[in-house]
Amino acid sequence: MEPLVKIDGLVAPMDRANVDTDAIIPKQYLKSIKKSGFGPTLFDELRYLDSGEPGQDHSLRPLNPDFVLNLPRYQGAQVLLARENFGCGSSREHAPWALRDFGFRVIVAPSFADIFYNNSLKNGLLPIVLDADEVDRLFEEVALTDGYRLTVDVAAQTITTPLNQSFSFNLDVFRKHCLLNGLDEIGTTLEHAEEIKAYEKQRMQDAPWLFQDFN
Amino acid sequence: MSQTLYDKLWQSHVVRDEGDGTALLYIDRHLVHEVTSPQAFEGLREANRPVWRIATNLAVADHNVPTTNRENGIEDPISRLQVETLDANCAQYGITEFDMMDSRQGIVHVIGPEQGATLPGMTVVCGDSHTSTHGALATLAFGIGTSEVEHVLATQCVLQQKAKNMRINVIGELAAGVTGKDLVLAIIGNIGTAGGTGCAIEFSGSVVRTMSMEQRMSMCNMAIEAGARSGMVGVDDITIDYLKGRPYAPHGDLWDKAVENWRNLVSDEDSIFDKEIEMDASDLEPQVTWGTSPEMVCSISGTVPDPKNAEDAVKSEAWQRALDYMGLEANMLISDIRPDKVFIGSCTNSRIEDLRAAAAVVEGKQVAGSISQALVVPGSGLVMRQAESEGLDKIFLDAGFEWREPGCSMCLAMNADRLEPGERCASTSNRNFEGRQGYGGRTHLVSPAMAAAAAIAGHFTDICGS
Repeated sequence: MEPLVKIDGLVAPMDRANVDTDAIIPKQYLKSIKKSGFGPTLFDELRYLDSGEPGQDHSLRPLNPDFVLNLPRYQGAQVLLARENFGCGSSREHAPWALRDFGFRVIVAPSFADIFYNNSLKNGLLPIVLDADEVDRLFEEVALTDGYRLTVDVAAQTITTPLNQSFSFNLDVFRKHCLLNGLDEIGTTLEHAEEIKAYEKQRMQDAPWLFQDFN
Repeated sequence: MSQTLYDKLWQSHVVRDEGDGTALLYIDRHLVHEVTSPQAFEGLREANRPVWRIATNLAVADHNVPTTNRENGIEDPISRLQVETLDANCAQYGITEFDMMDSRQGIVHVIGPEQGATLPGMTVVCGDSHTSTHGALATLAFGIGTSEVEHVLATQCVLQQKAKNMRINVIGELAAGVTGKDLVLAIIGNIGTAGGTGCAIEFSGSVVRTMSMEQRMSMCNMAIEAGARSGMVGVDDITIDYLKGRPYAPHGDLWDKAVENWRNLVSDEDSIFDKEIEMDASDLEPQVTWGTSPEMVCSISGTVPDPKNAEDAVKSEAWQRALDYMGLEANMLISDIRPDKVFIGSCTNSRIEDLRAAAAVVEGKQVAGSISQALVVPGSGLVMRQAESEGLDKIFLDAGFEWREPGCSMCLAMNADRLEPGERCASTSNRNFEGRQGYGGRTHLVSPAMAAAAAIAGHFTDICGS
């Protein structure tokens, strides 16, 4: 995983609640057996005027000129400003893969769906929860200011506006450590292999019916 | 100290407390399908890591499989490669797989309980949000992403934050024809799609206690549509009777020992929940979704809501956008909505009881001429054969339905079964998101009997006849 320490990124606003992972990346692209290449089909049904299929050249498709990420002023955005319950629905990790592949590193919203929140942090994409009124204010400022940027400092757990207003956000210690250092969570867990084996041995005694081998 | 069912399941699986409410949890059963696993196996190979405990894994291809003529293979080369990749990964790591031609193949959330591969007291994970289904058997079951799939394969554990305890207690008695599906839709309509975020939901009360396992599974299946990663129901005789004799369930002395242990898998009487909701379901009518989120739902006797009456501007805008997408007018009768297609299937409603309920409605009748396609897709090969032995396939075929082979099918349209732009579907699945059943497709979520009745009438109609 690529570490995320600090970024100063252009902000794009996505002003709708309950954006689901089917909208972030539609099912036809889930047939891929790779982790990369999802950027061109991020928000596929909102972004293009036609229906896309995997394997086609998406640069030739008609863009929806009204969709926010197609507006010239938001090209190169790294911070997505969103509404409540962002990432609800399917557990597909293709959603954070697509957001990352497109170039986003941070999403700011009043709330996220649980599975999406977890999946994002495992891919160097930081979901930041702010109060609804703080998010409202950011939406207003983004709309009024061309080239609006936010500075996100992971170590300090702060997000700072161009006018030097600063908000702090929560991030649990372990995930922060992984994000700052780009750590592989599996490697960290395997450092506790002896504890897992000890648990397993006890579990075999407590619930032997779970250790029948049907292979 | 008294504990909730969720507390018991959580505590009995903690390998290591990481502080912060985070723990390394041991996983007893890992279900694997073709869509969310290829990148996980690739990660294992790149890091040269073995699978920690092979026998806990059970794999099946369900999302991409064709529901007709599957002996000819999968036509779409990209879908075919994904299914073949699962076959190859399972072969390489020695993981049991019900492949596409196996008589036990089916939707992963149907076959787990059906095989007894899901047992009370387990932690069950799968790279699929509808893993919450398995909570109906008093398990802690939740969907995970592909990174976590790889983590479970490599370590038999996942790192989780403990959720809050939420109980939804349903009292009264459901009217005949009203099902667990209607109840869970009504609950989502009530608490919203984020109403259970951060929570594990336990469904309880007299209505749930008298429900079949199939209906409990429909309810837990849709806990995720209320934002909760897990839904669950405590163990009772219905749970135990359901499991007895299933292939992966214990037998003999081990069965008795297991049952004794499972009896404890209920919330203690005076246990404390962070959130509690009580509802009386006696007056509940069959439910139909009208919008593009499962919370946009109302009773069959109701009308499509008017955005003018929404409580705030954000909601009003969302309702208007949903009405535009769905091609509906505010204030029209739900019973005036006319589907083009009907889909009976999915991990929510494709079990034998669901098919029986739908067949009872269509027996001796004909699908309306305005319906261009009516599909029945059984949840597994075993459900399909059971239904055929009861003659249900013939009832559906005589009425003008198509009788298909098992898979996820038109729930998410990853195979060839899908809606065309603008087409409207009465569907027994779980998500009415924009484009879910096909680009531009319009989904109305209902119970199996309601879908069947809409197929016959050509419009939504009250099966309770009130």
